Amino acid sequence: MKKNKTLSYEFIKGLWEINPIFKQVLGMCPTLAVTVSVMNGLAMALATTFVLVFSSLLISSFRKLIPNQVRIAAFIVVIATFVTIADLVMKAKFPELSKALGPFVPLIVVNCLILGRQEVFASKNNPLRSLLDALGNGAGFLIALVIMGGIREIIGSRTLMGYSVLPNSFEPWLIIILPAGAFLTLGLLMGFANLYVERKKRIELEAGIAKYKAAKNTLDIKLGEK
Amino acid sequence: MNNVIKMILTLTVIGIFSGGLLSEVSNWATPKIKKNQKAEIEKAIFVVHPNGKYYEVVQNNKVEIYKVFDAEKNLIGYTIVNSGNGFQGKIKIMTGVNIKLNKITSIEILEQVETPGLGTKITEEPFKNQFQEITALPNIIWVKGKSLEQSNEIQTITGATISSKSVVEIVNAGIEKARESKNRGLL
Repeated sequence: MKKNKTLSYEFIKGLWEINPIFKQVLGMCPTLAVTVSVMNGLAMALATTFVLVFSSLLISSFRKLIPNQVRIAAFIVVIATFVTIADLVMKAKFPELSKALGPFVPLIVVNCLILGRQEVFASKNNPLRSLLDALGNGAGFLIALVIMGGIREIIGSRTLMGYSVLPNSFEPWLIIILPAGAFLTLGLLMGFANLYVERKKRIELEAGIAKYKAAKNTLDIKLGEK
Repeated sequence: MNNVIKMILTLTVIGIFSGGLLSEVSNWATPKIKKNQKAEIEKAIFVVHPNGKYYEVVQNNKVEIYKVFDAEKNLIGYTIVNSGNGFQGKIKIMTGVNIKLNKITSIEILEQVETPGLGTKITEEPFKNQFQEITALPNIIWVKGKSLEQSNEIQTITGATISSKSVVEIVNAGIEKARESKNRGLL
């Protein structure tokens, strides 16, 4: 079945159709905890994508050599290696960002989004498809985290990327940058994302039905002529 | 049996490669990380001691204390780094004090995880500036909702009393530790 899926589909599906946050609901811990600003969300998503892409690439390349019984252990070691690299590089090059993200960078190791993609996809598909799948899921994660960070930063602290965007007369809603606000934002966004995907599916379905009806009509007419 | 060997071999190979790669990255990153941490501490030392130009670590001490010197290399005071519990987690504070350890020059919050918008006000100027040039002997005390009467008092933040109290306690404890070190002749 997966043979007839196009390569571009492997990438695009991660953006909305199986978006890690809105559809698979994976990796909730960093999503809720770090998205108090766009910058944090962006950094978290980039670090996760880095780990996801390289782990997927490596694991799909060696998928036939890893015995089934120790696959999870092998995945975790590979993931942990890349996470540690990401953490060290961040600490060395972007100390401010690393401080803001705190323990959530090392915790990418146990982010079920990454392990999930290895188990579901990379261990069963070739490196090219796995790479596209990882990039797609990473991009989906990035979109979700940046949108959440943006909303929470604007409403919760009046700024966007550190620049003031709302007038001082606007009293920031503190609740939005507290954990409760994370749940509120995530819930609403998930609702909207589902609405969008459902609507898209319905339009596709209706288009399909219309096409089928038109085809049937022309066929009926042709049969009638005979 | 064959499979067991294969399992062990696979994990060993992965482990060796992973370890090798990480030691390379770590070798590259460690000096940079150290430099960043040092730069951060350095910046904070000269914030709490605006006249300071040089500093040196006090060796063999349980507490993190730095000696601060002015442009002519005269000792002008000490900087104490102390941490303690805040409302939600650890607060790490750097306190600048004079040579006699009875007056604070200024404080700087290095680390905190207080409630955004309430407890985090301890890092903002209006609160921090209260500690500038206040008396530290007797210990600093906090007052709530009334005006300041003595030179060793600070006002707590409305809605963040626990965070404010924690800062006062951590600063006091730090100075106390510095006094102990001084009695032992380390400073």
